[in-house]
Amino acid sequence: MKILRMHKQLNRSHFGNFLVFLMLAVMGVFMGLPLYYNIIQSFKPVEELFIFPPRFYVVNPTGSHYSQLFQLVSDLTVPFSRYLFNSVFVSICSTGVGVLIGAMAAYPFAKKKFPGKDTLWRLIMLTLLFSGGVTALPAYIVKAKLGLINTYWVLILPSLASTLHMFLLRQFMLQIPDVLMDAAKIDGANDIVIFRHVVLPNVKPAWMTVMVLSFTHVWNTGSAGVIFKEELKLLPTALSQIAAGGISRQGASAAAGVLLMIPPIVSFVLTQSKMLQTMAHSGIKD
Amino acid sequence: MSRMSKSYRLKARAKSVWTERSSYFMIAPFMIAFFIFTVIPVVAAIVLSFTDFNMLQTPNFVGFDNYKTLFLNDDIFIIAVKNTMILAFITGPVGYIACFVFAWFINELPNKIRAFMTLIFYAPSITGGAYFIWTYILSSDRYGVLNGVLMKLGFLDSPILWLADTDYMLVCVIIVQLWLSLGTSFLSFLAGFKTVDTTLYEAGAIDGINNRFQEIWYLTLPQMKPQLLFGAVMQISSSFAVGAVPAALCGNPSVNYATHTIINHIDDYGGVRYELGYACAISTVLLMVMLIVNKVINKVLVDD
Repeated sequence: MKILRMHKQLNRSHFGNFLVFLMLAVMGVFMGLPLYYNIIQSFKPVEELFIFPPRFYVVNPTGSHYSQLFQLVSDLTVPFSRYLFNSVFVSICSTGVGVLIGAMAAYPFAKKKFPGKDTLWRLIMLTLLFSGGVTALPAYIVKAKLGLINTYWVLILPSLASTLHMFLLRQFMLQIPDVLMDAAKIDGANDIVIFRHVVLPNVKPAWMTVMVLSFTHVWNTGSAGVIFKEELKLLPTALSQIAAGGISRQGASAAAGVLLMIPPIVSFVLTQSKMLQTMAHSGIKD
Repeated sequence: MSRMSKSYRLKARAKSVWTERSSYFMIAPFMIAFFIFTVIPVVAAIVLSFTDFNMLQTPNFVGFDNYKTLFLNDDIFIIAVKNTMILAFITGPVGYIACFVFAWFINELPNKIRAFMTLIFYAPSITGGAYFIWTYILSSDRYGVLNGVLMKLGFLDSPILWLADTDYMLVCVIIVQLWLSLGTSFLSFLAGFKTVDTTLYEAGAIDGINNRFQEIWYLTLPQMKPQLLFGAVMQISSSFAVGAVPAALCGNPSVNYATHTIINHIDDYGGVRYELGYACAISTVLLMVMLIVNKVINKVLVDD
């Protein structure tokens, strides 16, 4: 059991270590197997997709489902490049602007005193207690009444007001020593300058984390239910539309699934240490 | 005298508003979006729940009619409440404990394996619609993974309709929901473990702590209270909002409403029947349940 870190060998029995490994292995298989199976399915030729018993490996891997998927997408009335543009445009607007707006709001809530601050903060914390799903319907009514349905705005604007992201940024900013800001103030810097040159560079892990969370959210939410014009739909929505095309498309649908999971996983892998740094400050202090 | 001090206080307050004008300027864009897309929908849900709003005609005030129908005449809603409670009271606590236990175990691993295991455990919750894979795994024919494996091993003679047999449907949804539950709280706990002051462990060992359970109970838990509170909030609100998974696996409505949840009920009345006033009443009820449970659990955790 050398694999466990040596300095924590204190109070660790071999039997206990064995149990920990066993549980991690069993749970790891449960967690990882479905995603692994999806990847395997996407490379199976048709004759391997429907055999009994199902195989967890592939004998003759093929990329045909991926080419079938691209074939199906390019047969649509809207070119593939348009879906891609929509996704990139919406992701950049909502994550970029969203993080900036969230960080701008987080700074006064973390470091300034102004009348009304406590009331507003309590209100924000109250909305953290319920998930967005429960108010999705009235939120839809609001979006419809504002005439946002079937425009890019309906995808961008609501994501600018994520209380969770603002909360994470604010908790991280609490850690910045006040001396840094006081020094800048003595040098004659105003709040905007302090925000840009003192606060933002010091909370880099937090805004990177929020960018990843926000991107993942936008990517996963897609445009279903709020965009009905084909030329404004996002790539994930277009892919899942194709994947839903029935049993003959099981291979293509597995391929779509793999393509859809790549961006969130890659962005998490690239920022894992930053995300953990940020989450360390996520706690709610009573 | 008192009038003078009152006007003085008002002036002082106005002055501090003016000197802090840059703060208001900085929070303004967020607060505007927050009010439009978070606060107004909540207020709208409550207000519209007292009307017969249907998106097309001007809503009429109907008093508590929607709530009366909901609790007295809507058998399906009672089923939805029952299913939501079962899902919340199983996936909530089990998911929360799983987040903590596996964050604890993973934290004991050496760096490289730790990053990999973190990815394996966290990936399902960030890969959005990936739970559709479970429809292959739980597929009703012999090509479905679970049926195929169980039949090959001789546990089953004929395939089971996992997602259409009322005996198994809710269990399937619970399992998939647990698979998705190692999300933000898990990451928060993992980060919490990394910041725990490990020198305490050595001191603890001298003071007579002699196994890892005592160590976690007496030394680690007290230090991680902020993360534990945050995780509870995240876990509670998501465990009451189950809806997308049962709809994707079993359909909405599902066979015999076996996996019908409150969220599915909202979608049914709001998205399909356009009885929006009624759907808003359902939303309001669920909202209140979430807030109350969160407040209660928070109290319990803080007092401990």
